[in-house]
Amino acid sequence: MQSFDVVIVGSGHGGAQAAIALRQNGFEGSVAIVSKDTVPPYERPPLSKEYLAREKPFERILLRPVEFWKDRSIELVLGEEVTAIDAKQKTVQLSGRGPMRFGDLIWAAGGSPRRLTCDGAGLAGIHAMRGKDDADKVMAELDAGARRIVLIGAGYIGLEAAAVLSKLGCEVVLLEALDRVLSRVAGKELSQFLEAEHRSHGIDLRLNCEVHSLEGRNGRVTGVRLGDGEVVQCDLVIVGIGIVPAIGPLAEVGADVSGGVVVDEFCRTSLPCIYAIGDCAVQTSPFAQGERIRIESVQNAADMGTCVARAICGKPEPYAATPWFWSNQFDLKLQTVGISRGYDATVIRGDPATRSFSIVYLRSGKVIALDCINSAKDYVQGRKLVEAGNLISPSDLADSSIPLKELLARSVKTLSKELH
Amino acid sequence: MPTVTVTTREDVEHKLEIVPGISLMETIRDAGIDELLALCGGCCSCATCHVHIDPAFAEQLPPMSEDENDLLDSSDHRNATSRLSCQIPMTAELRGLKVRIAEED
Repeated sequence: MQSFDVVIVGSGHGGAQAAIALRQNGFEGSVAIVSKDTVPPYERPPLSKEYLAREKPFERILLRPVEFWKDRSIELVLGEEVTAIDAKQKTVQLSGRGPMRFGDLIWAAGGSPRRLTCDGAGLAGIHAMRGKDDADKVMAELDAGARRIVLIGAGYIGLEAAAVLSKLGCEVVLLEALDRVLSRVAGKELSQFLEAEHRSHGIDLRLNCEVHSLEGRNGRVTGVRLGDGEVVQCDLVIVGIGIVPAIGPLAEVGADVSGGVVVDEFCRTSLPCIYAIGDCAVQTSPFAQGERIRIESVQNAADMGTCVARAICGKPEPYAATPWFWSNQFDLKLQTVGISRGYDATVIRGDPATRSFSIVYLRSGKVIALDCINSAKDYVQGRKLVEAGNLISPSDLADSSIPLKELLARSVKTLSKELH
Repeated sequence: MPTVTVTTREDVEHKLEIVPGISLMETIRDAGIDELLALCGGCCSCATCHVHIDPAFAEQLPPMSEDENDLLDSSDHRNATSRLSCQIPMTAELRGLKVRIAEED
């Protein structure tokens, strides 16, 4: 039986970074990355942006050159899925090549795209946007002449893909079940701004829109039937309605799960020698008022990868990374810091009409997050406000002539006066 | 073969071939130097590809955008020679460029 000191399941940003950080921290044992991907680790965010737009070929989105993994003695076991874990024997069962023994296991398997369950969901021409293979299928259909695209779900994937596809000259219809875009992750001010932007670029955005079923001919999708009976004709459907965390084998073997695999501040699951990181891990976060949350982002996956590597190398440091995120749509650069969930007030800095502004999210008078649109300055300076957690006056925050770093300095002074 | 010289945090020098059109960040990453996180992949959305550039080459570099300038402010190690390496496309004119990877934040 093949045996590795560390087996990493998943080759996304988290799994790859865990392997890189193990070596950077001097880990000399054997390391394998098992992945259902058939290609070496690559960046996911460009799939719905530069890769789809063909601005960057695949070679330019590889996380490391192909030889890197061999040079660092990191074995890539590609095209293999872990179907079961034996926590006592410390083995994982691979779909194609039998069991593999591990000393420590890092579960970084991410999630699978949530699929439609309505009638017609199995027709050809319906794609997700999660892996390279998904993007490649969409691009092949575009090459074959697909022009009328329906996107289901107006989260980041749907919005980014809509922006690229409209730029490529496609007719894009974007359907959202709820009453605004990004409702799960952003405040209504950002939703309204992005809705207007997408519509101004010719995207047919429909909110409160229920998908009844998918219609087809000869096994291939030809239209989307909406709740009100209307059928939107299309050549291609892209579904971006979130992910289901890939935690099956961990749940079966008895790991503590709750909407993801529950991990502690060192990314340890409830099972010995088994860690979990990235999109599938649920962790208590000081940025979410101490609640357990699951964060789907490159930053979180990579920083958890570093955290787990340090723990395995005997240099544990509790996870404390500030959450941040970005999205590019048209010429808009959106940067987010903190977690806006649970906010009780918002403040707008700057004028959305100028297409450069920020939304500050507060909870009990403290800044907990910012969404910054074409405003890197607020993003950088706002991060410090989120990290400090000081009370900041909303009227000062709304005054975009005062830099946020100045507000931080003032709040620190007030705080030290109160203390003395 | 035109090259740039990259010095890592551990003071190891690497001579890397210039591939026109590819960014300095990609040049460093593709050489297998893994000190740059370059988390956003080169779209100027983070500051994890921070480098210091030999001032002698300042004239040959593209000007710094406002975004790059603002993002660099997030580093405790910023100085007059700081740049985000994803914002510097490689050209033959940069032959001999000397770059040091910035300290970790």
